[in-house]
Amino acid sequence: MGRAMDPLLRVEDIHKRYGTEEVLRGVSFHLDRGQTKVVIGPSGTGKSTLLRCINRLTEPDRGQVWLEDVEVTAPRVKINEIRSQIGFVFQDFNLFTHLTALDNVRLGLVKVKRLGKKEATARAMEELTRVGLKDKANAYPAHLSGGQQQRVSIARALAMDPKLILFDEPTSALDPELIGEVLNVMAQLAEEGMTMIVVTHEMGFARSVADEIVFMEHGVIVEQGPPEKLFRSPEVARTGEFLRKISELYGAEG
Amino acid sequence: MEATIANLVEVTRYLPMLLRASWINIQLLLALLVVGFIVGTAVALLQVYGGRFVGIVAFVYEWVFRSIPALVLLFLFYYGPAQFGLYISSFLAATLALGFRSSAYQSQVFRGAIQSVSPGQMLAARSLGMGRARAVISIVLPQAFRLSIPGWSNEFASVVKDTTLAYAVGLNEIMRSARIIVDRRYDLAMLALLVVALIFLVFTYAGNGLLGVVERRVRIPGLMAAEPGGTRREHG
Repeated sequence: MGRAMDPLLRVEDIHKRYGTEEVLRGVSFHLDRGQTKVVIGPSGTGKSTLLRCINRLTEPDRGQVWLEDVEVTAPRVKINEIRSQIGFVFQDFNLFTHLTALDNVRLGLVKVKRLGKKEATARAMEELTRVGLKDKANAYPAHLSGGQQQRVSIARALAMDPKLILFDEPTSALDPELIGEVLNVMAQLAEEGMTMIVVTHEMGFARSVADEIVFMEHGVIVEQGPPEKLFRSPEVARTGEFLRKISELYGAEG
Repeated sequence: MEATIANLVEVTRYLPMLLRASWINIQLLLALLVVGFIVGTAVALLQVYGGRFVGIVAFVYEWVFRSIPALVLLFLFYYGPAQFGLYISSFLAATLALGFRSSAYQSQVFRGAIQSVSPGQMLAARSLGMGRARAVISIVLPQAFRLSIPGWSNEFASVVKDTTLAYAVGLNEIMRSARIIVDRRYDLAMLALLVVALIFLVFTYAGNGLLGVVERRVRIPGLMAAEPGGTRREHG
């Protein structure tokens, strides 16, 4: 029983510097199972870097990351095994250009999880169906819209049965009319109990889906809390200012 | 004018000999392309993914094999080992000399292609838990080889002709056979060389046709020329 109460992910005092620029200056937070955290903040405040430090696509300079009782940042940890348990969805989708939607989703199952082809295919089709793209299984990325590509990339992450999924501005590269289909899939995942961290400027999504909003600026967490609290009565004046500005730009309805 | 009807008939008598010799050129071509392909791929990978030191070694390798004339390389590979009591056949010497030389050119083609595969795909593969070598094999190379076909076709067209240089180290290939004809029947020189030229026209045409077929067979939408959907934006 005790273990289920522990947070799924613990991020402790993460620092990252690029040259003279200190992008992350001591970021800490916990994430419980089934929780959705939305990270917001101005551009260049280290939100994407923070996500990449969690699965060490970027190596943090200092600090620790724990996935359940495994320290991700430990020097001799099997990082590939850990990465296979953490889904990552990129701003630019990063689908494999030479593979069909089905093969994009299936590749990790075959090459990393060592599933047989039949089993992998069934599993991949299941996830493509979940994101509403069953009929696009044999299409190449070039023949899919941005929204469809991003949904394939979500299916690719889901197929690995991840303990959590990190979303790095998943709708920022999309035409406005394609954003909704991606956000709907993400909202559905959150409802089904997937654990997620989402970096986004979509305030409507943040307000309606997030269990908690984390406001970051200049490499530190300025304030975090439930959406209603941050939107209605933020403790730091700067939080309110940013939320008003960004809501005007992107809209906070929903 | 030696190109009389009688001479035309005469030269056709030598045709089987020339065609047999051209089979040696084809064998040499295939062998040197295989050497060039394997070594060229390795050099390109080392240049892109190796550290600075490995990169410098690969750069020097390319520089050396692109700078030395093919004929000089042939002699070096044929007579060089003999200095150390190691006698190798003229076919092997030609395969190595022309193969390494080709690898220096092929590696440039492959390197450009490898670098044109968007780095985001590598990140995505790593995020799934693939090791770097696995990701290179499953993601980068299948795309890079497809992107390499046009550049590789140029290299092919160039090394097809280079195989005739091997006559200098005594390989019984087509050019050497032509020399033999010329030595025997000087009046047939022009015609014999025209036949050789014609055979190479056919080789180049057939080779490029074959590569064109391969290119169409392995074509994948969106993989040629510029990358689609690659709108790069600032990360927050």
